[in-house]
This record gives sequence, structure tokens and C-alpha cells, in this order.
Amino acid sequence: MSDRAADGKGVPVRLDKVSFSYGEALFAFDVEFTATRITAIMGPSGSGKSTLLNLVAGFETPRAGRVLIGGADVGAEPPAVRPVSMVFQENNLFAHLSVEQNVGLGRSPSLRLTDTDHTDIAEALAHTGLAGKGKRLPRELSGGERQRVALARVLVRDRPVLLLDEPFASLGPALRDDMLDLVASLHAERGMTVLFVTHQPQDARRIGQKVVFLDNGTVAATGTADDFFVGAGPEAFRRYIGIGAGDALSRDIARKRT
Amino acid sequence: MAPAHSTGSRVGAGITALAAITLLIGGAFVGLLVEGAHDLSGAWAAFDPYLFRVVRFTLWQAALSTLLSVGPALFVARALSRHPRFPGRVFILQLFAVPLALPAIVAALGILALYGRAGYFSGFFNWIGGQGWPGIYGLSGILVAHVFFNLPLATRLFLEALQTIQTDQWRLASQLGMGARPAFRLIEWPTLRAALPGVAGLVFMLCITSFTIVLTLGGGPAATTLEVGIYQALRFDFDPARAVALTLLQIALTFIVVLALTRLGANVVGDANLPVAPRRYLSVNGTEATLNATLIVLALLFVAGPMAATVAAGLGADLGRLAGEAIVRQATLTSAALAFLSALLSVMLSLALTVARRALALNRRFGPRTLLEHATDTGAGFVLVVPPIVVGAGWFLLLRHVGDVFAIAPVMVVTVNAVMAMPFALRAVRPAYDAASERHERLCAQLGISGWLRLWLVDWPSLRRPLATAFAFAMALSLGDLGVIALFGSDSVQTLPYLLLARMGSYRTQDAAGLALLLGLVCLALVLAADRLGKGMARDV
Repeated sequence: MSDRAADGKGVPVRLDKVSFSYGEALFAFDVEFTATRITAIMGPSGSGKSTLLNLVAGFETPRAGRVLIGGADVGAEPPAVRPVSMVFQENNLFAHLSVEQNVGLGRSPSLRLTDTDHTDIAEALAHTGLAGKGKRLPRELSGGERQRVALARVLVRDRPVLLLDEPFASLGPALRDDMLDLVASLHAERGMTVLFVTHQPQDARRIGQKVVFLDNGTVAATGTADDFFVGAGPEAFRRYIGIGAGDALSRDIARKRT
Repeated sequence: MAPAHSTGSRVGAGITALAAITLLIGGAFVGLLVEGAHDLSGAWAAFDPYLFRVVRFTLWQAALSTLLSVGPALFVARALSRHPRFPGRVFILQLFAVPLALPAIVAALGILALYGRAGYFSGFFNWIGGQGWPGIYGLSGILVAHVFFNLPLATRLFLEALQTIQTDQWRLASQLGMGARPAFRLIEWPTLRAALPGVAGLVFMLCITSFTIVLTLGGGPAATTLEVGIYQALRFDFDPARAVALTLLQIALTFIVVLALTRLGANVVGDANLPVAPRRYLSVNGTEATLNATLIVLALLFVAGPMAATVAAGLGADLGRLAGEAIVRQATLTSAALAFLSALLSVMLSLALTVARRALALNRRFGPRTLLEHATDTGAGFVLVVPPIVVGAGWFLLLRHVGDVFAIAPVMVVTVNAVMAMPFALRAVRPAYDAASERHERLCAQLGISGWLRLWLVDWPSLRRPLATAFAFAMALSLGDLGVIALFGSDSVQTLPYLLLARMGSYRTQDAAGLALLLGLVCLALVLAADRLGKGMARDV
């Protein structure tokens, strides 16, 4: 594990003229994500949201261009050594391992855990509202609890960048808000750089500080969440979320300050 | 650029497995070619009228067996599909899976015990014919045995096809008041017709490569197939040139059939899983129900008969004395050890090919597949083109220049059977591994879990059951095999099937029946275990 990984404090993430192709689809990303901020990545299906996260995480290799995390080119690094944690929409846990073990994997991939590690794991579980559930298997948990386990592992892994690939998309509205608030509080504490892919404007409004809007495989617009949601965003974004110019859909949605 | 997933060691494992398989099969070909080149005129002279008669008989018996197995199977499958609540349906389907596990030599003995000259039915046949019942030998014996094996197989495959018909179609049919005839013509037949070429092709393939049945029931030069011809050329006439000619013909024949099969989209590897009846909305009138029930019961009697005869004849043997014989104990131990090693090797080969194929697919993502990926995928199934007796014959010819061919019998039995069982093992292991990989690949990459650590921590829990299934099935196949051991067996290395054949040859029928019962039960237990493990697997997911 590299040194930067030990420090949870966020670092900037930059995609420098990155191009990538997936079968027929072409992607070209040139964008910087501000350190220690939560950026909501939005855009229509197929616009490249997940692809962008996969490039940062190292699951995909760019055809050209550089991926810089904290100023260092990580293009040659395999996913495990990049200073990044990612939470997927599903399959974040190994079904045959207990909650504790699943979280422990964030510290040691061979599950060789020290006493300190065990303490940290217990702490992370308590932090994510899973105290006392460490011995359970994933199938004994609800969908929301499983994603909490994934977040507990993020805490234990303690990397400066957190990638969220629609991790709460399959949860109900109230539960989703709870999970978003949990992410916000973890962020307030650790200050990692968060890239958050979502389809839900209210999710982006709830915790997003910045917005990057993707369209057709490239970055169509960037800006602060406030600007985007009061209607100052680009036309394509307004069409995507389905509000007319100057619409105040915002009134209905409580904005959570982070 | 760094690969996103650590795949190097997995691909390496696959290459090692492929190399081992290539060595085994390639070595056999070298043996054949060296021998052929050595005695070119002899090999050429072997293409005589007798040889062509053998080829003709091989094809003729296979064609008849296919017709007699597949034709009735269509109707038995349809009858079973129309009666989801037929009494004992699950039991019947389970019974229909048994021939898949039963060693051919055990079935051959069961059939002889039933329809043979001194069989249980001989009195009945004598009474009908009014003269001495000659017993079931030659073409009729071969056909009965092949139908015994393939009718249940084809029935299960057709039933599986019928059960892919959407429930909505049945709902629609019953709403429109479709009777049995139109329902068959409009709903069942199109599905059956789509499955027909594949099933018929599979059965035909199994019948032209059938060795044990023809050896034990053929009963003479008039009813000899290529495979038995190879065996006789090597073990009795010692005519290597003829063996080469026969082997090349056999390979050409199977190759053509498999090529045709893949064209037809057939799955060359059968399945041991039980189909479960879906909800049906249909009404069957009285006449049809009677007809269906008759059909099912007849098929059941035909399949259960030889099994029952095996048990009855086996219990009639002096089992206590048999168990006390040193030679029987020795053969049992040898069989168990060889089958165990063979199953182990088979499972290792399939696992290596599975992980390599997956790793190559992950690395590729899109674009055409490489030759290596093809080799680890469909290529593995093609070992079935080369019957065990052919591989055995090749090595037999190659090694006889080097030294004592009988000394390497254990190695040949273990390796050839391992490779032959591999396509079946692959079918158990691959879907489980691919599904687990689908779930865990990114997570493992992210957390840095790879190599042996990954195999132990992540893959083993989801692979334990399918590996055990594959192991049990491979062990049953290897345990019952007579092909390789018939060539390489000797007094010093005997397996149970070999000993059984020897006892049959010396007319110690009672002993043979006792051994058949033992062998049949062990194989059945193994396949039942495989089935259990496989089903538990399906439940877990």
C-alpha cells in the first residue's frame, strides 16, 4: 500500500485527455474533481458515468491520456494499490464471509488481522450502525445493511478517494436518504474526495457539492450543485432531470448541508 | 499498461492443462503415424472388404440404435410432460438417469441375465418360439443395450426441451380449447423438432463409439465395430497395420459426425440434472391418458428390467466367496485407486481450463476471441472426438517399441479416463466459477486478493460443491471404463471391469453377476452423490 493511502484526506482526481472505447462506444474525458469535495456525476444511461469511475478505479485502462490521483499518474497501477475505494451497486460482499471478515478485507486481503485492525473494524461497524452484527453473514442482512458493510470497509481501508457507483439505487427513498446522510457524515469526518454516480437529482442535491454532467461519452458541463439545481445548469442537464428553466423543484426537497 | 485483473497465473494454469491434454492425444497420433509409416503397405492392405464390412456394420447399428432410441423417446417425453403429476414421475426420471452412471459392462450383463440364452426370460421366449431360444447376441443384443442407454437419455433431453415452453403458451392453448393433436402440432412438435437433430446426433455419436456393448454382446465377426476391431487387432491378431487403418477410419468417422453435430448446434456432452415440472394448464382426456400411461410404463419396464436383473443375478452369486478372493480385493483396490487419481486429475484439468478461459475473456473484453480462448472453451469438448480406445491404441503402438506396454497400464487408465471425463467435469465447474467471478472480479481486484489466496478465500467456497460433483461423476466414469484397460490390462494390473470381462470370458457368469452388482452400486452411489451436491449447489445460489 502506498503512503498516500494511509492518509484519508482527499486529493484531487484528474482525467487528463483520457480516451477509451467500449465496443462501438467512444469516450473522451478531460476533467478534474476537486479534492475533499463530493461531486455528483450525472447523465443519461450510456453517457459514461460508470466507465469514468472504472477508469479512476483501474478496472478499465485508457486508450490514451493519463489518470492522475493526487498529482501522481496511476495509469500503470492495478486497482488494489490505487488510493481509491469503490462501492458498487451490488456484490460488494463475499456471501460466505462474515460481516467482520468482509470489512477486514479492507485492511488485509489475506485476513491476517492484528488487534489494532480488529479494534478498527469494530469501530467502523459501530460508526455505520452495524454494532453487534459483525458475526452475521451477508444473507442475514437487509440490502441497506449490506451497503453499510461496504461503507464500513471504506472506513477501514481509509483511502483518500471514494467512488460510489449508484450504491443506493435499489433502496427505498427513506433508506436512501439515511445512507446518503451516512456518506455525508463519513465525508465530514474524513474529508475524502467523493465521486458519486447517481440518477436521482434529489440524491445529488442532498449531498453533492459539485456536479459533473456527462452526455454522449464526454463531460458536457461542470459546476456547483447550487448552480445546477436552481436552473443555471446547461440546457441538456435541465432536459435530463426534466425541469424547465428557472423551475423551483428545489422547494420540495430539503437540502442537507454538508 | 497494467491489466485490471490479475490473470497471468490463471492463463498459465490453462496452458499447462492444454499442454498435458495435447501431449496425451498427440502422443497417440504420433504412435499411429509412426506405425503407419513403418508399414505403409500393410496399413494400405488392411483396407480390405472385411474392413468395409466393419465400417458398414458400425454405421448400421448406430443408425438403427438411434432410430429405436430417439423415436420412442419423443413420445415418452411428451407423455411425461403432459402428466406432471404422474405417480412416481420423479422416481421414473431418476431411474432414467441411472443408465448414465451405469458402466456399460454392468448393463450388458443385466441384459444377458434377462434376455440371454439362460436368462430369466428364456423360458418365456422358448414357450413363444417353440424352440431353443438362442439368446440375445449380435445385432439384436447391441440394439437392446444401446436403446437401454439412450432411450432414457433422449427422453430426458426431450423433456427438458418441452419444459422450456412458456407457461403462457399452455395457458393460451387451454383457453383456446386446443386438444392433444393441435397442441402437439402447434406447440410441442416445433420444440421437439428443434431439439431432435442435436439429440439424435448425440445418440448416434455415442453408438458409433460404443465399445464395451459391442465387445460383450456382439458375439462374433459378423457384429464387429471399428472400436472392437482395433482391440482385436492389437490384443488377439497383433496386426498393428490393421489397427492403424481401423483407428484412422474411426477418427475420420467421429470427426465427421461431430462436425455435423456442431453444425446442428448439438451439445455433445449430456447432462445429469433432473428437470423439474413447471405448472401446467392442460386437460388430458381419458384415451390419451391411458395411452400415455401405457407408454411410460413400457419405457419404465424396459429400462428397469436389466437393472432389476443385475440386482437379482448379483444377489444370486456367492458374494461371500467373491469378497474373500484375493484377486477380487486386489482389483477393487486397483479400481478405486485409479478412479480416484483419474477423477482428481480430471477435476484439476477442468478447473485450470475454466479459470484460464474466464481470465482470457476478462482480458479480451470485446473483439474476437483468440485461438487460446477457443481451445480452453469449445476445444476441450473435442477430446470426445477421440475415443479412449483410439488414444490407448496409439500409445500402445508407440510404447511397444520402448518396453513393456502393460507396465504403464495404470498411467494410461488414469490419464485417458481423466481427459475423457473432463468435458463432463467442465460442465459442473465452469458455470459456478463464471458466476462467482462475475460477482467477485472487481471486488478482488480492488482489495488485492489474487493467486492462491483468492482461490482459497474467494473461489473455494463457491467451487467446493461443483468440484465435488465433477469429482464424483468423473470417478464413476473412470471406475466403469473398460476401453483402456481392455488394451492395457494384464494379470498384474486388473480393474473390476477387466476382471468382470475375464470372468464372463471363462463362463463364470455367477461371479460376473456378483462383480457387476458391486460395480454398479458403487457407480450409482457416486452419481447420486454428484447429483445431490449439484442440487444443493443450485439451492445455495
